[in-house]
Amino acid sequence: MSDYDVIVVGGGPAGSTAAYEAASRGAKTIILEKDRDIGYPVRCGEAVSDAGLRQFLEPQPEWIAAHINKISMRSPDNTQIAFRSDAVGYVLHRRIFDYALANRASQVGAEVQTRAYVDGLIMEDDSVKGVEYQYMGEKRKLTAKLVIAADGVESRVGRMAGMRTATKLKDMESAYQATVGNIDVDQELIDFYIGTNWAPGGYLWVFPKGNGMANVGLGVLGSLAKNYPSAHDLVHSFLKEHYPDATMLTSVCGGVPIAHTLKHITGNGIMLTGDAARMVHPVSGGGIISGMVGGQIAGQVAVESVNAGDVSRKGLESYPKRWRKAEGKTHEAIHRISETIKTITDDELDAIAHKLKSVPEEDRSILKVFTTVAVKKPKILLDVTRVFTGF
Amino acid sequence: MILVQDNRCDLCGTCVAVCPVDAIEVREADISIIHDKCIDCDICIWVCPIDVLSSDQKVEVTNE
Ligand SMILES: Cc1cc2nc3c(=O)[nH]c(=O)nc-3n(C[C@H](O)[C@H](O)[C@H](O)COP(=O)(O)OP(=O)(O)OC[C@H]3O[C@@H](n4cnc5c(N)ncnc54)[C@H](O)[C@@H]3O)c2cc1C
Ligand code: SF4
Ligand code: SF4
Repeated sequence: MSDYDVIVVGGGPAGSTAAYEAASRGAKTIILEKDRDIGYPVRCGEAVSDAGLRQFLEPQPEWIAAHINKISMRSPDNTQIAFRSDAVGYVLHRRIFDYALANRASQVGAEVQTRAYVDGLIMEDDSVKGVEYQYMGEKRKLTAKLVIAADGVESRVGRMAGMRTATKLKDMESAYQATVGNIDVDQELIDFYIGTNWAPGGYLWVFPKGNGMANVGLGVLGSLAKNYPSAHDLVHSFLKEHYPDATMLTSVCGGVPIAHTLKHITGNGIMLTGDAARMVHPVSGGGIISGMVGGQIAGQVAVESVNAGDVSRKGLESYPKRWRKAEGKTHEAIHRISETIKTITDDELDAIAHKLKSVPEEDRSILKVFTTVAVKKPKILLDVTRVFTGF
Repeated sequence: MILVQDNRCDLCGTCVAVCPVDAIEVREADISIIHDKCIDCDICIWVCPIDVLSSDQKVEVTNE
């Protein structure tokens, strides 16, 4: 007899969603989280779309720091292009949001254990049968029919099962973010700065956080990081130059994997999900919603496989299939486009921005951007067509 | 050998994600480098967003 049907490692959005799905279908489930708190530290810009969130739950006022209805992008010479956007979204208080997700899982029966660092797997006949973890210095073990590794970008659980999860430098953004006070920004606008001067191989973001506060951060592409100042230094020089009166309330660093999903996200008795499976959107770097999509499918397949009595890699094969259909396939295509996007020079970005500036704001759409970019980079048209036609 | 500057690591795990040989461990309150596994590829140094890692290997100086 196993202690649990499903052990979920990691109490982020992917882990809590997986646990909710599993527990609500009757599986005996526990979340093991290494940190003292669920949802803290917050290594995230906290922006999500309304539509994305609503696939899972009704947005609640207590998680929402700012309501977004405008997007703008700035080119290297600081030409600002505002976009018509029907898509509304939010900047969340992830600390509260992540709590709510873990609580939602516990309300359908999942247990939650914090301060539990998983540092080994129980293996039997080439199959994962449970985990070893440390709880406040004490070594403990739990057995389970299936382990879901939702242990974030720093995931090691997959590696413990012999899976290849290391991310290449060219697919990793080295990021740093300050949550600042006393900053005068439009509280309904998310602002992206694109160009080598702002963030080499990544972008800089200013996301409002309500009441005169904002998340100001950026990512530098890992493969370029050697030749530039660190993400930390770039954020601080940006703030000094553009918002000298802003005060530092929090600062965090973190990695954003912008690869497409790992080739293998299942093994015998184990599934990887969320950042651990590299499910982040390869251009925007958004991973909250896609992690929840992955977690949801993982939780559902977990229960189906446990009930069917086959948790081997073969028995879990509908998980990668369903993920690929939901988002994975699109991510692969977007990842290819991102290779072309990376070749756009700063001068070309400025030229594109100047061109778009001449288009009336109400006519600026994502399509217009693509066609303008396509003049500079014809290959992008081909790549985009592939995304929409499913290559 | 990879060195971690005392008390400056933010425990974000970005270095863990890129380490090709799983030689870095980040727990709730500390980081350790498993020196026996480390192959001194240095990529963790470059990816760290706040520059807290360094190498004690002597930098080869060549006269070009
Ligand atoms: C600076 C930055 C800005 C970002 N901005 C955005 C944004 O604006 N919008 C967006 O959608 N996404 C953003 N992302 C990405 C987003 O934060 C992640 O994709 C998302 O948090 C992934 O969810 P997850 O559940 O997979 O992993 P996480 O939220 O990272 O959760 C993983 C959990 O596992 C725990 N854990 C790890 N190892 C172990 C272990 N061995 N034992 C037990 N527990 C363990 C960790 O402590 C952690 O709590 C950003 C990321 C960064 C770094
Ligand atoms: S130098 Fe390379 S092998 Fe050693 S810890 Fe850093 S990334 Fe891992
Ligand atoms: S990347 Fe830097 S800050 Fe993050 S865990 Fe590694 S050493 Fe610490």
